[in-house]
Amino acid sequence: MIQVRSLWKKFGALDVLRGLELAVGRGRVTAIVGPNGAGKTTLLKTILGLTRPDAGEVVVDGVRVNGDESYRSQIGYMPQLARFPGNLTARELFAMLSDLRGVDPSIALDEELVTAFALEPELAKPIRTLSGGTRQKVNAAAAFLFRPRLLILDEPTAGLDPLSSGVLKAKVLAARDSGCTVVVTSHIMSDLEELADDVVFLSGGQAHYAGSVAELIELTRQVNLERAIAAMMLRGTRPAAA
Amino acid sequence: MSATAKVLKYQASDVARSRWLIIYTLFFLATAEAVLRFSNDGAKALLSLSNVVLLVIPLVTIVFGTVYLYNAREFIELLLAQPVKRRQLFGGLYLGLALPLSAGFAVGLATPFLLRGLGDRALAITLATLLLLGIALTAIFTALAFLIASSTDDRLKGLGVAITLWLLTSLLYDGLVLIVVAVFADYPIAKPVLALVVANPIDLARVSLLLRFDISALMGYTGAVFRSFFGSEWGIAITSAALALWIAVPTVLGARRFGRKDF
Repeated sequence: MIQVRSLWKKFGALDVLRGLELAVGRGRVTAIVGPNGAGKTTLLKTILGLTRPDAGEVVVDGVRVNGDESYRSQIGYMPQLARFPGNLTARELFAMLSDLRGVDPSIALDEELVTAFALEPELAKPIRTLSGGTRQKVNAAAAFLFRPRLLILDEPTAGLDPLSSGVLKAKVLAARDSGCTVVVTSHIMSDLEELADDVVFLSGGQAHYAGSVAELIELTRQVNLERAIAAMMLRGTRPAAA
Repeated sequence: MSATAKVLKYQASDVARSRWLIIYTLFFLATAEAVLRFSNDGAKALLSLSNVVLLVIPLVTIVFGTVYLYNAREFIELLLAQPVKRRQLFGGLYLGLALPLSAGFAVGLATPFLLRGLGDRALAITLATLLLLGIALTAIFTALAFLIASSTDDRLKGLGVAITLWLLTSLLYDGLVLIVVAVFADYPIAKPVLALVVANPIDLARVSLLLRFDISALMGYTGAVFRSFFGSEWGIAITSAALALWIAVPTVLGARRFGRKDF
């Protein structure tokens, strides 16, 4: 679904991405993990076209990301920070996104999360009056609304209570089972272990491991994903250093 | 409907419901009402209001615009993840702020006059001039604010540049013009001073307004030159062109920065 080829990105004197190579499989959940400053957010932003690479390319579903915006009609994006215009209601926000995407109003949107989070009564209130957690639910619901073929979730469970977090994870897996490709970052390894089929370990702007979660755990001889990632961070790079 | 119009529709309704816009509108309403009550003379009231407008609009607009774009940063990222062209999004955000600000100002200022009835044709023209110039200044300083906020991600620096720019155009520039006038007092400087005035949007607006009042007779020979220039069709054309350039140049530069920026 996504091919990343020798991607370089520099912010000032800082090399954030250093020749990153990556492939994200269609219909799978791929977790991007790595230490702070490894380039996770920059990678997601490059896939979305928010950040332009210095060199290299990103291909999403056969389309090279080069400033043309149409490929993004297939993408649902859930940013890390849910900040919306405070005086609009969540309903208006959904209407705005639908308008911008040119969605036919007669087509039913995927409002399963609205129901599952019991968001309906909150949708008519100005967003500024909603709590942080409720805003995060609105954020999640907005990402799934248009039945995207590619979901990009940046720390999706941050700020959600355990119940809502479970609802969201179930929704992600359901989306995957219906053929949606998911790219997710998180620092909560137990969440990723539930969700991810594949894991990419990013460090210093390069992918040091890309493969299935089970294989990584086996390679590092650890008991779970959290230990496996911690072991890789300790060792610095390769999973099979031993 | 283009993406610009769609963004405009929602952003404008967000800004229109904001507490700050309501305060801004009430401010002009209260000031216009108070000045009218004290002076009982529409022309004098407009003269006082001109000074308020020339001071307040650039300051509020440039500060509000800069802060607004910085605060919308995360939301802009979400919008940019939709299938939308960056320039169209920029256009929608710009109009979504400039239009409610202009409307708030125009409604606030004009209502007390309209309630009393305009009667006098000259007064109506002066009021219309003030409203148009206020809207032009709103458009100019919103564009400058967006250019600044698109150029630097450092909020403090952006706000500093915005306030400095306001100080330069609304206060320091006049000092500069006065120095030029004082130093070259023995020379025929009416035309160079005219050029200096045209180069600063606030001065341009101020002189265009002052010449509509009787006090311009006090301005001596320079006033006469100004009067013959700004009163002529050419003068009006050049004034309009200069204001349009002041709107267009920062908007185009800002849109270009916004288009190339890394979010």
